[in-house]
Amino acid sequence: MKFGAFAAAAAVVLTACGSTGTTPGSTQEQPPTATMKPQTSIGAGEGQLNLVLWDGYADKSWADPFTAATGCKLNLHPAGSSDEMVSLMKDGGGGQWDMVSASGDADLRLIYGGDVKPMNTDLIPDWQNFDNYFKGPPYNTINGIHYGISLQWGPNTLLYNKKKFPNKPTSWQVIYDSANSGLITVPDNPIQIADAALYLSKTQPSLGIKDPYELTQKQFDATVALLKQQRPLIKKYWGLATDEISLFKNGDVQVGAAWPYQTIQLKAAGAPVDDTIPSEGATGWADTWMLATKATHPNCAYMWAKWVSTPKVQAMQALSFGETPVNSKACAEMEAQQAGSCHQYHADETGAAYFDTIKFWKTPLADCGNGSKTCIPYATWVTAWTSIKG
Amino acid sequence: MSSVETVRRPRPKGGGAAGAQSLFWRVSWLRPLVLLTPPVGWFVVIYLAALVTLLITAFWTIDPFTTQIVQSWNLDNFRIIITDSTYWSIIGRTVGIATLVTATDAVLAFPFAYFMARVATRRVQTLLFAAVLLPLWASYLARVYAWILILNHSGVLNWSLQSIGLPPANIGYTNTAMWLVFSYIWLPFMIIPVYAALERVPESLMEASADLGARRWQTLRDVVLPLAAPGVVAGSIFTFSLTLGDYITPILVGGASSTFIGNVVYANVGIANNIPFAAALSMVPLGIMAVYLFIAYRLGAFEAL
Repeated sequence: MKFGAFAAAAAVVLTACGSTGTTPGSTQEQPPTATMKPQTSIGAGEGQLNLVLWDGYADKSWADPFTAATGCKLNLHPAGSSDEMVSLMKDGGGGQWDMVSASGDADLRLIYGGDVKPMNTDLIPDWQNFDNYFKGPPYNTINGIHYGISLQWGPNTLLYNKKKFPNKPTSWQVIYDSANSGLITVPDNPIQIADAALYLSKTQPSLGIKDPYELTQKQFDATVALLKQQRPLIKKYWGLATDEISLFKNGDVQVGAAWPYQTIQLKAAGAPVDDTIPSEGATGWADTWMLATKATHPNCAYMWAKWVSTPKVQAMQALSFGETPVNSKACAEMEAQQAGSCHQYHADETGAAYFDTIKFWKTPLADCGNGSKTCIPYATWVTAWTSIKG
Repeated sequence: MSSVETVRRPRPKGGGAAGAQSLFWRVSWLRPLVLLTPPVGWFVVIYLAALVTLLITAFWTIDPFTTQIVQSWNLDNFRIIITDSTYWSIIGRTVGIATLVTATDAVLAFPFAYFMARVATRRVQTLLFAAVLLPLWASYLARVYAWILILNHSGVLNWSLQSIGLPPANIGYTNTAMWLVFSYIWLPFMIIPVYAALERVPESLMEASADLGARRWQTLRDVVLPLAAPGVVAGSIFTFSLTLGDYITPILVGGASSTFIGNVVYANVGIANNIPFAAALSMVPLGIMAVYLFIAYRLGAFEAL
């Protein structure tokens, strides 16, 4: 029965010894599939590939040439949320799904659920061209083992109306300021707690917040208190990117947390807005193609991972979604397809200095990453988010 | 009871179907068994089994590290709901708005249904019926989004207010907006049962009331209203329970403090993967509806359905 499998997976997690790798990624308890050896070569395609993905992540413009080249027919299941992805991938994809384009807030849930297995980056030639950060980011690489191939990313920016704020705001303080009461919007997502934690890590250094996703009880309480103070100032917690766009367009809000996508859409519609990454830095999201533990079409899966990592496809997807590619060679392709887009999407940013300002989404776990189990896990974040919104 | 009916029926002659018929004739309990097994089976397996599973799950918890279900019996989920004031305010808000919506719909529906049942000609009646039911043909989401276009900052409402020189009304993304939208969306579910109840009031009673010297409003108060009350209660079951269980309208037109019970259930199933807590919380509207239906039953609402 299902629950039996859960218990077994949980037991594996709890009994596995923490290894002490020095490779990139995070050093934590060993996930249940860590000992599964990834394949060392890509064999003949199986003719099929079943994907759980964000809507449009296999757009015809790059999916059709893939099928033509490899003979792998794509069967797509677009998911509406990270949580839907996690539930579809339960039990290693159940033999039904081969890959998932998971976001950082879902990754560790999939990895520690035993739903995805290690991948061999040697089989993806373009992996060498990835920006160093995305070769082994902490949300998909644990103890040096890669549980997927990074795809695209984007920062969570501060979006503001230029009429209300003639001078570019330099701090996230504007969304906690009672002077802007009733004009603020933030995403309706428990992971938003990390944004407040990041702000506090700079404004209240005495709390000692190092990583906004690894919060002790004291740090967590302070963050929740800040968000509860913020609630009366909020006009609306937005759910869909399009909701935020209409809130700004109709003048219901003047400032808020957003993605570059909203800014680009609003500017295209002639709205007087701009976005910025304030001095405290920002959180960000990043997607990863992950391989289901029970994938039945692994060769087609590797061919797909290889295909979407190429500069051309990376650039196409970036422009179609307003995302930033992880392949550093995609910049030239982006410029060729749409001049100026490389800089617009921050795809020309390289090096640790820039990525240090972006704290990428990862699932909060009880494990603080230093062996202690005193951090607040994601389930508690969700409960706290309910009480914040009241 | 059924055997008596069978006796009265003429006996069929010949053919395969007749073989089955004569079997039903000889074994009197067979026909009700065959007829009732599918619906009762459906009811037990699909409906009751789901409820029982829900009830059992509510007493489990999840492991906070792996978020897997731990099957150990405890009352933790219920303890959290009772001790955390957040859930009280969410339940209070949900029940409060559901009550307000029900009252609003009853007040709006009664004169409309009265006109439809007792005043309008046959032709006008048909037209009004179509008008009441027409919105139900359009998507729920489209109708809610239409209200967003009306109520938002630069929407139709503020535009109209501005053009007659009044200050803008900032009711977009508030609980007021939720009340308006819910009242609009569920109104047909109140009008139809009230109409059905009013139509069944015999003309003779009203004539008798008039003959005995009652004025029109006295007849309305002492004859029509009491007879229509079960219809209003029946309609209120729909408007109340539909509002109580909704979670889409709060997401779309609600503001910063517009969380409903349904939203918390949704967040716990979808985001937190905490199905036991979601199950425990969904016991609350289940309990509220059980009490409500019992009261409605005592008021005779089920005769008007």
